[in-house]
Formats: sequence, C-alpha cells, structure tokens
Amino acid sequence: MKTLAKKRYHKAAPLMLVLLLLAAITGVAAVTTSSPATAATQVSEDDVAQGEKLFAANCATCHGMDAQGQEDIAPSLVGVGAAAVDFQVGTGRMPMQMSGPQARAKAPQFDQDQIDQLAGYVASLGAGPTVPTAEEVDGSLGDPANGMELFRTNCAMCHGSVGGGGALTQGKYAPSLWATTPTHIYEAMLTGPQSMPVFNNANISAEGKRDVIAYLEEQRQPSPGGLKLGAIGPVAEGFWAWLVGIGLIIASTVWVGARSS
Amino acid sequence: MGTKLNNAAAGTANYVDERTSIGGFVKFFARKIFPDHWSFMLGEVALYSFIVLLISGVFLTAFFVPSMDIIHYDGTFPTMQGVEMSRAFASTLDTSFEVPGGLLMRQIHHWAALLFTASILFHMARVFFTGAFRKPREINWLIGFTLMIMSLAAGFTGYSLPDDVLSGNGLRIIDGIVKAIPIIGTYISYWLFGGEFPGEVLIPRLFTAHVLLVPALILGLIALHLFLVFLHKHTQYPGGGRTHKNVVGLPLFPVYTAKAGGFFFVVFGVIAFMGAFFTINPVWNYGPYDPSPVSAGTQPDWYILFVDGALRMMPGELWGFPFEWVIGGYTLSMNLLIPGLIMPALLFGFMAFYPWFEAWATGDRGEKHVLDRPRNAPVRTGIGVAVITFYVILVLEGSNDIVANLFHLSLNDLTIFFRYAIFILPVVAFMVTKRFCMGLQRKDRELVLHGNETGRIVRHENGEYIEVHEPLDEQARWIAVNYDDIAPSVVAPSHNDRGVARKGHKFDRFKHRLSRFYFEDRVSPVTPSELEEAQHHH
Repeated sequence: MKTLAKKRYHKAAPLMLVLLLLAAITGVAAVTTSSPATAATQVSEDDVAQGEKLFAANCATCHGMDAQGQEDIAPSLVGVGAAAVDFQVGTGRMPMQMSGPQARAKAPQFDQDQIDQLAGYVASLGAGPTVPTAEEVDGSLGDPANGMELFRTNCAMCHGSVGGGGALTQGKYAPSLWATTPTHIYEAMLTGPQSMPVFNNANISAEGKRDVIAYLEEQRQPSPGGLKLGAIGPVAEGFWAWLVGIGLIIASTVWVGARSS
Repeated sequence: MGTKLNNAAAGTANYVDERTSIGGFVKFFARKIFPDHWSFMLGEVALYSFIVLLISGVFLTAFFVPSMDIIHYDGTFPTMQGVEMSRAFASTLDTSFEVPGGLLMRQIHHWAALLFTASILFHMARVFFTGAFRKPREINWLIGFTLMIMSLAAGFTGYSLPDDVLSGNGLRIIDGIVKAIPIIGTYISYWLFGGEFPGEVLIPRLFTAHVLLVPALILGLIALHLFLVFLHKHTQYPGGGRTHKNVVGLPLFPVYTAKAGGFFFVVFGVIAFMGAFFTINPVWNYGPYDPSPVSAGTQPDWYILFVDGALRMMPGELWGFPFEWVIGGYTLSMNLLIPGLIMPALLFGFMAFYPWFEAWATGDRGEKHVLDRPRNAPVRTGIGVAVITFYVILVLEGSNDIVANLFHLSLNDLTIFFRYAIFILPVVAFMVTKRFCMGLQRKDRELVLHGNETGRIVRHENGEYIEVHEPLDEQARWIAVNYDDIAPSVVAPSHNDRGVARKGHKFDRFKHRLSRFYFEDRVSPVTPSELEEAQHHH
C-alpha cells in the first residue's frame, strides 16, 4: 500500500492522469461515433468493382476518377460512407441534373442493386456511416411524442412544424418530408446532405432518430380537422379564408341582392 | 281560428306597447327604406360572423382553462403523450379531441375570426371607393375604423390563447416591438407580462381581454355604428330619381328582415362548411409553447401579416447607415420601431382621418347620400388602390418564405425586390388607376354624346356610309352624367387691400395644393348644351 501511496505523488502522475483521461475520451468517442461504420452490410469484391465502373461512368465527371472531388465543383467522397450514397442516389439528387442553388430530388437514375454497388465502392474508399438496418428506421418501434420534441428543436426551423418544407437563403430550401422513406430520413440525419447539418449519434441517438421517423409517419395520417390545406400554417389559412370564405359569401350577396324579376 | 289568433297577437302587442311604447320604434325601424345592392351586405357579413364568433366562443369558454400551470399531457393524441405543457394548451387539445363537437367549434370559431376581419376590410374598401364616408358619415367611418382595430385586437388575443409555439412566437415579436419603444418600452413589457417574458400571468390576462373587454367594446361600437346608419339613412348608388335628399329602395319589414335573416344562415353555413372540412390552426402539430423552437412557416393570422412583413422587410442597415442607435448607453432600435409601430401608426392614421383630407380638398360642405362611382373620383380611387398595393406587398413579404418555396425563388432576392416595390409600386398603382378611371369617364362622355354603336351601316344617297348610333336610354345617361364636377379651390389673397395678413392663409394654401392634386386632371360630365349640340350635329 505504501508504494502506491508514494507513487501517487510521483511528479509524472498528473501527466499520466491527463493521458489516461484523453485515452478514455478518445475510446468512448470512437465507440459512439464509429458504431454505424462497424455495422457495415457485407458487400462483395465483385460489387465494389461493379460500383467503381458505375462511378467512373456517372460520377467521375465532377467528383473525379479517384472520388477526391474538385474545388468549387464537387466534394470529395472519401469517408462519406454508404449512407450518403444511398441517400443522394436513392432520392435522385445525384447524379445532379443541373447546377443550381441545390440538387433537386428527382426519379432515381439507378435501381437499388446499382445504388448498393456504388455505395459499396464509395464505402471502400474510407470508413463512413453505413445504411441503417430495417429495425433502426422502423417508426412503429419509436416514440412519436419524443420525436415531436426532437423534431421541433432540431428540424422544424427549416422543414416546418410538421415537415412540410420551407425556404432557406438564396433559393435553397428544406424539402417536404411527407413522401421521404424512413431510410432516407435516417440517412439524411446521419450524413447532413447539402445545407442540412449532420445529426450524428452523439447529437440525436439512434433511438431518437427513430422517434423522429415515428413523428413524421404520424403526420402522414389524415388531419383530425379535415383537409390540411398544405399544412403550411396561417398564410394558407388566410388564403383559403379569402378564396373560399369571402368568395362564397360574395357570390351569395350577389344572389341575395339580385332583384327578383 | 284565424281571427282568434289575430286577436291574441293584437292583444299581446297592445299589452307590450301600452307598457313600453315600443310601437313607435317598431314603426320607425320597420318602415326604414334600404336600397338594393350586393355590396351593401358586406357589413352584414361582418356582423353575422361576429354573431357566429359569440355563439361558438361561449361554447369554447366552457372547456378552455386559462392557466399557465404546467402539467403532463395524458390525453388521446399520440404525438403529445407525456409532453410538458400549460393547462391552457392541454385544455385546447382536450377540447379538440375529447369534447364532442369541440374541434368543429374551434374551427368554426377560427374561420369566423378570419372572415370577420376580412369582411370588415372588404366593407371598408366598399365604403371608401364609393365615397360613403363623406358628410354626414365621417364619424361613423371613424367608428367603423375603430371596429376594424378592435377586430385585430380580438383576433390577436384569441390567437394567442392556446399557448402553442406558433402564437407564443407571435407574442415574443410583440414583446420585442413593445420593448423597442423608447424609455417606457421595457416597463410596458414587464407590466404586460407580469415580469420577464413569457411570465406566468399572460394567458389569464389575454383571456379576460378576449372574452370580456374586446367583445364588449365591439358590441357597443356595433350598436353605435348601426344606430348612425339608421340615423343617417342608407346611401344609394346613383340612378334616375335618386338624390341626396331621398332613399330609393324597399322597407326593412318585410323584405329586408327576410333577406337579412336568411343571409345570416348563408354566412353561418359558409363558416360551418369551412369549419367542418378545412383544418385550421392545428395546435397539436405546433406543440406547447417553449421559447426556444421557431419553425419554418411561422406566421401570424393573415390580418397581422402586414406588420410581420414590414419587420421582415426592414433592413438592419442601409448603405452602411445603421438603424439601431446607442445613445448615452440606451439602445434605440429604429429597425423595430419603424416597421412595428411607426408604419402601422401612419397607415392607420391615414385611414382614420382620410374623410377630413378629402373634405379639405373638395371644400364641399353639403351632405352626400348618393354614392360615387369609383371612376368619377379618380384620385380617391387611385389612393385606395395604392394603399391596397402597399398592404398586399407587406402581406406577401410577411409570407416571403412560403412564396419563395412555392415558386422556387430566392428568399433574399424576393425581400430585396419588395424593399424597392414598397416605395415604387403604390405610386405606379396610383397613376395607372387614376388614368384608368379617367379613361372610363371619357368613354362615358363618348357614349352620352354619340350613343352606342349598333353595327348597322347605312348608305346615304350621296354614297356616304355611316354607322347608326343609338342614343343611351335616360337611366344610363343619368348615371353617366350625374356626378359632381369639382374644380380646384381658389385661394383668397394673402393680404387684404389694406395690407393686413389674412388669418388662415397658410392652411388655405395647403388645402389649395391638396385640391389641385385631386382635381387638376378631371373629365367633366357632358352638359345639356353639349348633348344638344352633339345631337344637332348628327
């Protein structure tokens, strides 16, 4: 016991403590942040080779043959992970149709097998977030009330209170989330496409992300109050009040005011 | 049986009349003559939506709990399970999801509120464009104007009651505007909210204002407004036999009691239809108030949008000139004061006192009971369209994120466009409208002098072809020529012949300039001699 007590006062002790602490933090961080990367779905060598060919034919014009990107044209794809590819190509945003404030979603250009091959190739360039499992994105396992709290704190300022979308600066916009698949919603949170910030698992836990999906799926139910009128709030309501309300009422004033002949 | 019933009715009427002398009033009201026109029913729409508001409001007060105490929700709505919220918000959810008919009543109440404010503005526009605010109705215009302001107050206090995120953000903006008032702003804010925003007393206070104070004021003002309508007699559109001294129309009883009674149910029906089928203010989507989250598409109800638009439009600095000044350690936020208080004050001040501006310009002291056709008052019509343009630009800027998203435009470019448009477009609208009105007046002159083209071509003996024009019938001619032709006022000399300065000369010169603005360009109606000459010519 005495030796330990002595060593406690060794002049190197503080340094050792700091190093231990740093090692602990790094270890915890590595475990929490790299967990999606470790759960990679198995992709065969063949798929990666096929993906490389697809990449060279469809993506390399902008991202470069080595996927390192080009300054002011396209970002490097090393380390973006399979999730980013699955989101960008799966929603039709990539390959980009035309340059503009941001890439628009369109009908996907590849089928799911090809997307997986592309994703496999990009994932092989450097570790990154992987495509989530079916269980991770199953909204029926989530808590929509917690999802509501997370959504309105983290998402609603751009996507609107129920995910109807909204405008950002200089022609950019946050898209509507009503038709987005749960997997794509999850991947978007994980990878932060375009103007969107990254919500990694330290920001919003994997369960939290599933709660957000549960909340968004709740919004696909019919509104208890009747037609949603776009669910964009008081501006739409005012518009309908003038168009339908005042419109019908003016029509009836003309009718009531007409002289019977 | 018939006579028995008649006797019973007569007996009851007599009984009441002998004790209250109500017969005189009934006679006075029942024989009141009202002219027929659809636009005269717009004020009625406002009145009926207010009645719908009272009826549905009484229902809602039975279930709403005006309290900011914090509870955890345990009702039926899935996305709110266990969420921390005020009792006010929880009771709004319960009214919506657990009270039978509660959601329908909430939606009827809210749609009725939107239509109440909309119909008031529509009614005001009708009164403005037809000149129905002229003597002797200036005071009634002012009462109507106050009713419009009260409707905004009623709407805003009601909108804030559910204590949801959306209305809470609205209150936060009001708090900011109030705090921008120099010196007393922070004190007013503390006094309103009972401490630092949001405090714990605001919802009960708003509730009292919303269910007691504002409706009582509105009811009293409506009574006064209608009393003056009866006192002044109703205005009428120009036409043969209609003068400033008579009213041509039908009596209140039985024609208008039946029409107005039926029309109430039409308005109620439209509001109930909207309440039944269209979602409005889904507070269950927004969630309970919490000062931190602000979602995209956060806007007030449409009637407050113009203030929101002004706030969004106002730059923090212009060409390097800042609008927030620090004077002796105190901050003066002109970037809040100008759009939040000064702009509404100027706009509302101009609207309230417009009848007097125009009276100075015309210098006409006579009573006006026959309405103007908007084309026959080109400058007034131009001013009206300019103000509407100004207002609509503010409303669009207030919805700028939604407009940008809907039409794939840049939010920034849109705001910059509106910053210029707010100064340029109202002037353009004024000039275009004025020219448009004068063009219509010239067309009227042309029709009176030469009649309608019939399309019938006649060949004279000498080979000349002419098209036969048919003169207007007397009614149409009356309408086309019977309007006031006002020339700009003439200023009396500033000094009399003994060189003594005349009192009020400066004000006269101001009125003269105003008069020239109104009447320098004008199209005079066809005079009888001109008409005779034109007919002689053909």
